[in-house]
Amino acid sequence: MRTVTRHQIRTIVNGEPTSVEVEANDVLLDMLRTALGVKSPKIGCERGDCGSCTVLLDGRTVRSCLVLAVEADAHEITTVEGIEHDGLTAVQEMMIEQSSFQCGFCAPGIVLAAAELIERAPRPTADEVREAIAGNLCRCTGYESIVDAVLAATGSGTSATTSATSSGASS
Amino acid sequence: MTIAHEFDYVRPATLDAALACLATDGSRVLAGGTDVVPWLRDDLIEPELLVDIKAIADLAQISVTDGRLILGALVTFSDLIESDVVRDAAPVLVEMAHQVASVGIRNRGTIVGNLCAAVPSLDAGPVLMVYDATVEVARTDGVRSVPLVEWFVGPKETQLAAGEMVTGVTLYLPAVEHAAVFLKLARYSGEDLAQANLAILLTAEHECRLAFGAVAPVPFRAADIEAVLSGNALTDAAIADARTLVAESISPISDVRASAEYRTHMCAVMVERGLRAVASRLAGDGPAYPTHLI
Repeated sequence: MRTVTRHQIRTIVNGEPTSVEVEANDVLLDMLRTALGVKSPKIGCERGDCGSCTVLLDGRTVRSCLVLAVEADAHEITTVEGIEHDGLTAVQEMMIEQSSFQCGFCAPGIVLAAAELIERAPRPTADEVREAIAGNLCRCTGYESIVDAVLAATGSGTSATTSATSSGASS
Repeated sequence: MTIAHEFDYVRPATLDAALACLATDGSRVLAGGTDVVPWLRDDLIEPELLVDIKAIADLAQISVTDGRLILGALVTFSDLIESDVVRDAAPVLVEMAHQVASVGIRNRGTIVGNLCAAVPSLDAGPVLMVYDATVEVARTDGVRSVPLVEWFVGPKETQLAAGEMVTGVTLYLPAVEHAAVFLKLARYSGEDLAQANLAILLTAEHECRLAFGAVAPVPFRAADIEAVLSGNALTDAAIADARTLVAESISPISDVRASAEYRTHMCAVMVERGLRAVASRLAGDGPAYPTHLI
């Protein structure tokens, strides 16, 4: 049995400088949940297909099940816990108002996917919202209530009105 | 589920340092990790050493020099979508990248990684082939340039040898006016692998290049179809001729994503739709990049 090298990594997790000792084969998702107790990224498929483990790495969504913990050294990790500064974000408030979720397992990933989109496109179209959340599987809702909430929170109207004039990119 | 296999990890800052690491047995390159990490989890690969190349800044380049578009090994699908250089030089790459997996995968997964994983359905294969792309390979004692049409040896098998790494891919931009299209047939948008994919490039001098993916063990240029289309205007008769050649050009399998019969039927539909779209793009009145054409 070989001896695994251990790595002391320094990251910023939800704004807090954090130092953690990890092994090379530790996965970022497990480091966040087990070593740091950050539980919003969920363990779903563990192969990058479901989106429930989504976190922001330097502001961009990644599948934390596909990132080694050691790769996060010198980078910034943000989870849902870290995007709430003065209470919930406008998108989260609208998701509550529109009953966007039932079980909520996919919610952290979808909230972060929406946050990344809005950072780049403050008034997204319905097609842009659908593309942004396309890899975040929700087995409860059928997505319409999620898309509607993002559009309502960004002042972009409803999916019914915007998709009627869109180019049909969801074919 | 944790990764059971144990390995060491290094993140060299230079290409030379990375190549030195790769010269030792059992080493393997890590870039985006969207294929490597699942393979580790499934024990499909058991490296002694992972060489993370993400600190090598030179490998993130996207540049056009002398009619060549160079994409470094760290260029992700999201980088393609956001690059002004790519949008100007080869906007069909943006059309392709928008149809790859999900945003979270595109943010991490690289074009070169896609070429190295070499699954038959890879989306980067056909679109790079119509640009006569070459794969740039380095090792401690030299470099070599491999035409992409020769790169794929079989499913998940490439020409990459032990001790080598791919530093980038080079596209040769036609000097004459041209247009291109990428079509991906999938069960739903987002996160699905291709049932079939197709790239077409058409020049103002009537050179027509077609490459298929997911309908043979490796992506390939359809030489027979190119032969009947090149040199003449794209008439309805020429498009009909191209359609009749599709079935004998491809060798699809039936699997969980589609039957061979469905793939064969749809490839003919895609060829016709793609040819009409690329011709209208070349004429200046085609669908804007990026568009889902199927």
